Amino acid sequence: MEKLIGPLTKKKISGLKSGQEVLYTGVMYTARDQAHKRMIDLLEKKKPLPFDIKDKVIYYCGPNPAPKGKVVGSCGPTTSSRMDKFTPRLMDSGLLATIGKGERSVDVAKAIKKNRAIYFITYAGCGALLSKYVKKRRLICFKDLGAEAVFAFEVKDFPLIVAIDSKGVNIYE
Amino acid sequence: MREISIQLILQEVEKLCVKANTELRGDVLSLLKEAKRAEKKRFSAKALSAILDNAEIALKEKLAICQDTGMPVVFVEMGNNVHIKVNITKIINEAVKKGYASNYLRASIQKDPVFRNEKLAYSPAIIHVDIVSGSKLKITVLPKGFGSENKSKVKMLNPTSTLDEIENFIVESVKKAGAGACPPYFIGVGIGGTQDYAGLLAKQALLMPFDKLNKDKKLALMQKRLIKKINALDIGPFGFGGKSTALGVNIKTYPTHIAGMPVAVNISCHALRSASITI
Repeated sequence: MEKLIGPLTKKKISGLKSGQEVLYTGVMYTARDQAHKRMIDLLEKKKPLPFDIKDKVIYYCGPNPAPKGKVVGSCGPTTSSRMDKFTPRLMDSGLLATIGKGERSVDVAKAIKKNRAIYFITYAGCGALLSKYVKKRRLICFKDLGAEAVFAFEVKDFPLIVAIDSKGVNIYE
Repeated sequence: MREISIQLILQEVEKLCVKANTELRGDVLSLLKEAKRAEKKRFSAKALSAILDNAEIALKEKLAICQDTGMPVVFVEMGNNVHIKVNITKIINEAVKKGYASNYLRASIQKDPVFRNEKLAYSPAIIHVDIVSGSKLKITVLPKGFGSENKSKVKMLNPTSTLDEIENFIVESVKKAGAGACPPYFIGVGIGGTQDYAGLLAKQALLMPFDKLNKDKKLALMQKRLIKKINALDIGPFGFGGKSTALGVNIKTYPTHIAGMPVAVNISCHALRSASITI
């Protein structure tokens, strides 16, 4: 299976095809509903984001706390479509990849094609299994949001499937 | 009157929270294994393998099966001869808080549903208390994830609706859920009662074993037809297509009014979790 090593660039992902499985090693930032809302609010107010999203990977995930001796608890993907209304704006601001589960809106598919970005899915409802691939976890921002805060996950061989590739080809169509 | 101690209930409900979140139900596990054996599509079979591996890791390491440890829905059947010194809903909320917090389960409850600016909490749970005859206390914890709860539906059909119309609404609801709510699904259907009660019936239908035939023969036939129609949608595990879009459909009914036919569809992801105890 193809390995994908971060940090990612447009060039690195340009050859990946919808339906292809890859193992990702690198950094991903968890962000879900409230973190997205805050990031968009900041962009609207022309304020800087708490972390640079240029060429970054966002993982739609609200992890469980880490039990003793572990890096993180269960940490599978949440439903991507809830973030659809925010994603085009973030991609236009440089975000390169998102990871979640399920279909995306037409607007997101267009934004992916336009920005030569990418949408991956991962094993849905398999948070215990996916926690094994997370080697380090660091709080980045929005601590007050609890599980919805932004964490940086350093992952090794994290299993992904290309759902919408940079040409806009969609696995669900 | 039979006195049941607060401490005992606290302790048992705490255990149920952990069990429900870390161990798959027997019927769910065996249907997943069966689906894996039957699946011919490579990607879909791989998805089912990942689901089974995940269940094994969760059980072995006491990790939550899914990071969405749900909104805990608790069903209580309290015998009319049972006496407890404190209001049982208070005890349950206390136990849920402790059970979740001390076992590293996620706090997913937003106390302000509109402005959403409260710190995330473990409770309150949704608690349904039924008074039944006898001296026993039965408690069931169903941690309901919202990926699938978001896709659930209620529709007020006409009393003259045909079986086809009822079934089409149910199948359409699953079709609309698509790949985003973690298929293969378990479908709970509630028919009858009032708008709110149909929703409760649908949720209770998720507690019925999915590997046993409905005792009502006509409903059993309906369930059989529905599973066939739903699987023809070809959504499949993780949305990759294949034989299993749903692993089971359970229907629960209740008398209703001459003017209506409420139908509720409660969708559960493949990680349908619940645990019960009778004290």
